[in-house]
Amino acid sequence: MGLARYIAFRALLIIPTILLLYTLVFIVLRVLPGNPVLAALGTKNIPEEQLKALMRELGLDKPLYQQYFEYLINFLRGDMGYSMIIRGRPIANDIADKFPATLELAIWAMVMSFALGVGFGYVAGKSRGTALKHIARLYGSITYIIFIPALGLFLQLLFGRWLGVLPTGGRLSPGIYINSITGLYTIDSLLQGDFNAFADAIKHIILPSLTLGLVLSGPFARLTLSNMERVLGSKIVVAYRARGVREEVIARHVFKHALIPIVTYLGLQFALLLGGAVLTETTFNWPGLGTYLVDKIMYRDYTAIQAVVILFAFLVGVISLMTDVAYALIDPRVRY
Amino acid sequence: MTLNIYTVIGLAVILVIVLMALLADFIAPYSPVEASGMELESPNPLHIMGTDNLGRDVFSRVVYGARTVVVVVLIAVILSGVIGTVLGLVSGYISGILDKILSFVMDSIYAFPSLILAIALSVALGPNIFNAAVAIAITYIPTYFRMVRGQVLSIKNESFVEMARALGLPITRIMARYILPQLTQTLVVVFSMNSADAVLTEAALSFFGLTVQPPTPDWGFDLYKGRGFILSGAWWMLIFPGGMITLLALGFALLSEGVSQSYVVKEGE
Repeated sequence: MGLARYIAFRALLIIPTILLLYTLVFIVLRVLPGNPVLAALGTKNIPEEQLKALMRELGLDKPLYQQYFEYLINFLRGDMGYSMIIRGRPIANDIADKFPATLELAIWAMVMSFALGVGFGYVAGKSRGTALKHIARLYGSITYIIFIPALGLFLQLLFGRWLGVLPTGGRLSPGIYINSITGLYTIDSLLQGDFNAFADAIKHIILPSLTLGLVLSGPFARLTLSNMERVLGSKIVVAYRARGVREEVIARHVFKHALIPIVTYLGLQFALLLGGAVLTETTFNWPGLGTYLVDKIMYRDYTAIQAVVILFAFLVGVISLMTDVAYALIDPRVRY
Repeated sequence: MTLNIYTVIGLAVILVIVLMALLADFIAPYSPVEASGMELESPNPLHIMGTDNLGRDVFSRVVYGARTVVVVVLIAVILSGVIGTVLGLVSGYISGILDKILSFVMDSIYAFPSLILAIALSVALGPNIFNAAVAIAITYIPTYFRMVRGQVLSIKNESFVEMARALGLPITRIMARYILPQLTQTLVVVFSMNSADAVLTEAALSFFGLTVQPPTPDWGFDLYKGRGFILSGAWWMLIFPGGMITLLALGFALLSEGVSQSYVVKEGE
């Protein structure tokens, strides 16, 4: 199979997965609660007329199967319906506002987790003793059990309250503005040459991305270590040593070989990253999709919750496709 | 099975917390829901973990809070373990179209962020302890399903299973008596790893207010409330509930690490 055909094939396979997840979310959030308007408004007695009008406005009065298809088609067009609580507000606008914050957090958290995990795995893999390797392995298997709000709030206490060097939440200090170009403040501020705003944006993102990054870094440490060990035990290393290549240089070469399977692992971490981002954002008042989702949960705004969760389903599908493609590019064998 | 250090520490931690939940009435010095001191007292001899913003004893809330998490995790893990294992056994053994459909559904759910799925389910079912347990259980069924199915695929062609088939034993008996016992090792590892995950998911759902309703004590929810008192420096409202969540999850993670290590050693012998 050629690369183009492989990609087309994988893309086709993603469609049923996304459809299934969509159906699942639809059943869970649209069918299970019965009448979502009543569920959202609680047990308040509202006049029959008003209830019907609201249902009609939100398109909830149509038969379920019709809602199912219409919602999907509208969603693909970028129309995610209207909020049930804030009347007349398109959900798509809210999501477009919040998405860049989540994306920025996700990128920095990935950078942090990659640096922490691969760095630790590399140092441990290079070391001759077994102590560091043991610690790295343990680190690899227990970092994921850190409860994000517990760590995040502890860091806020330590750096925000006690040491007073970093802010405890938010994306920017009051009084600092960044014109949105990409929506990623650390990039926009640099593009506009505003280093003051850049420093402020960095200060705000350090703790959230460190928290999320640390929790996700375990598998990277473990993978780097085991791959380093595998490559270090191979014949090519014996050959290097026989030629008198310095250990430092060997470690660098081995590291390059060890890195390939790790890069492809990035995609697999994505689902964890999304779940973790919801917790991290809530912990740090980070104004992204996660905080938005939790806000909407508090108000039982079903239409908004449904939109965010379905968006996550699409993201997962697309990222898994991208991972497959990246893997195929690096390792031609998987195409066959 | 040789007990290694991780297994011992992990089991000890879990045991202490379960005992705490069971014996909460005897351990907690005060009521977890009524004020027993001034507001926001820092840890002192009368309130060893201080008091919260309503003057309630944090230690008593931590002790009683163990009940919520232990109950939810227990129900969730048993439900998902049983359903996932049965589906995995049937799917892997019978194969065919049923296997294809089930595997596809399970793989899709597995790919989805489990926390977000659990949130959606809890919202739909309504926030209470039992629904939270069900929501967590549903998200973990694929974990057991995939593991069991994979193992069954390799075991079902072993000669002792073929022999059982040749003897004309009923399928249910073959699955229960010949295949299931082969899975116990892996199931124990997955079970403890999964429990660590379930502790975190329960805490997260509580953090979002999707399990217990106030004033019921719960670590995740208490941590959420403590969040508002960071700038007042009330560290005891954060460190203790947050620490307990981490400790219980750590207990299960160490258990799983220890158990899987002993199995590797045993296989190597």
